[in-house]
Amino acid sequence: MNTTADLLTPTREWQDIAPLLSVRELNKFYAPGKGCGDISFDLYPGEVLGIVGESGSGKSTLLSALSARLTPDSGNVIYNSEQFGEMDLYACEESLRRVLMRSEWGIVHQHARDGLRMNVSAGANIGERLMAVGERHYGQIRTRAEEWLTAVEIDTSRIDDRPSQFSGGMQQRLQIARNLVTHPKLIFMDEPTGGLDVSVQAKLLDLLRNLVSRLGLSVIIVTHDLAVARLLAHRLMVMRRGEVVETGLTDQVLDDPQHPYTQLLVSSILQN
Amino acid sequence: MSTATGYNFAYLDEQSKRMIRRAILKGVAIPGYQVPFGGREMPLPHGWGTGGMQVTASVIGEADKLKVIDQGADDTTNAVSIRRFFAHTAGVETTEQTAEATLIQTRHRIPERPLKANQILIYQVPIPEPLRFIEPRESETRKMHALSEYGAMQVKLYEDVARFGHIATSYDYPVMVNNRYMMDPSPIPKFDNPKMSMMPALQLFGAGFEKRIYAVPPFTRVESLDFDDHPFEVQSWEEACAICGSDHSFLDEVITDDNGSKMFVCSDTDYCGDRVAQGFVGSAADLPIAEMETEQ
Repeated sequence: MNTTADLLTPTREWQDIAPLLSVRELNKFYAPGKGCGDISFDLYPGEVLGIVGESGSGKSTLLSALSARLTPDSGNVIYNSEQFGEMDLYACEESLRRVLMRSEWGIVHQHARDGLRMNVSAGANIGERLMAVGERHYGQIRTRAEEWLTAVEIDTSRIDDRPSQFSGGMQQRLQIARNLVTHPKLIFMDEPTGGLDVSVQAKLLDLLRNLVSRLGLSVIIVTHDLAVARLLAHRLMVMRRGEVVETGLTDQVLDDPQHPYTQLLVSSILQN
Repeated sequence: MSTATGYNFAYLDEQSKRMIRRAILKGVAIPGYQVPFGGREMPLPHGWGTGGMQVTASVIGEADKLKVIDQGADDTTNAVSIRRFFAHTAGVETTEQTAEATLIQTRHRIPERPLKANQILIYQVPIPEPLRFIEPRESETRKMHALSEYGAMQVKLYEDVARFGHIATSYDYPVMVNNRYMMDPSPIPKFDNPKMSMMPALQLFGAGFEKRIYAVPPFTRVESLDFDDHPFEVQSWEEACAICGSDHSFLDEVITDDNGSKMFVCSDTDYCGDRVAQGFVGSAADLPIAEMETEQ
């Protein structure tokens, strides 16, 4: 019963839903000025957060610290887990972090060979996470692998080929399939379109956008490509020299940049 | 054979033996766990059984009776030289009879005759880490063992089924020991895997190259990995042993001439000889090669 009164009540969702990931005063410096510092933000379920900035601005360091792969110098990362409830990533047992990484999380690396096992078949690459969470039925693993190959637009006849026989774009899509097979809640992506040519990039972005909206994924995506950020991200964080200089809705940041560095970044895109 | 002079009993010095015994005790206390130890130089190259020999040297006593087998046979180079080594340096009695031996050092096989509680089986291990195939980093494989993250091991079996339609791994077949540690059973055929489980004898594993010792205590459960829809199976043969007629032992295929003729014979020579002595005969009992075997 959708009465006018119902529609007028403030949207319950975004007020009451707890953030999936809360970051508070996160610091990680390799040397003064090298790393990232004083980072605080909340990521809500279903949200895509883009982190942009020039090379060396601390984007990847931040992503590693967020995804439990790099212990920060100080600060907290609180993740709201389905299995374990609210947990402080760096205060809990390492075993829990590793369980998260192969169940509720996905990590898409810039170079596919960092995220794939290059010496086993595509099917095994997708099946590995299933087997890691206890699946022991070959037929079912195979079926799921085929489904996911189809979902990322790789011909199922390539299921027994090794990733080394795949093109760069296919490797990247395989990496995405491998991560999504366990239905993660949160995906970390580091330059997922780096090193791909423009048409392949476009196809991959299109695929990512569809998957993200269809599966309701939360994503933190690191990129130096503002076009990628505009296409995928709901919200942007602009980083420079290890600090966040501007945050806001993607369109707002890109169309009306406030900070001089953001203005420079936006204006440096080739206009046609 | 005369005992060598100028060497300690069983070649290794007593301090080294104590260190290795401590590693063995730890291995027995944590079944399937790989214990690092300070591997010593042995007077033969790595890969020739130096890991097994160091374990043997540390547990052997004057009253022991040693049997050494290589691929099931007592009369192959590796077996003969290791047996002679201990006869020479420890002056212990040696035997080819499984039933009589108190210590059995082995490469590639578990004897067909069931072992008893007063026996120790010592395996020579080339690569002790079952996860090495999937994960080259030692720091990572140790963590995987510590946290029982063994899903990745299943990938190896998956690859087999995807490529061959069945689990084609036929030796070095990974096992779970006591429901906790994943273990490499050394390159024994998977035919022997079921024998490891609940065995009354103590099983010790020594890897000389990688300097690791691990153990399966008596009466410990050892399970081979598999899939629900592709269960673990051991090899079987349509033929029986050509010498003793056994239809239940592990058979070797032997090429007998240049025209492709072949015969299948037991790989465990002692077991085969015993059966012939008991009057069993195979299809090739009248061939010269069979007579040679029987004479031993």
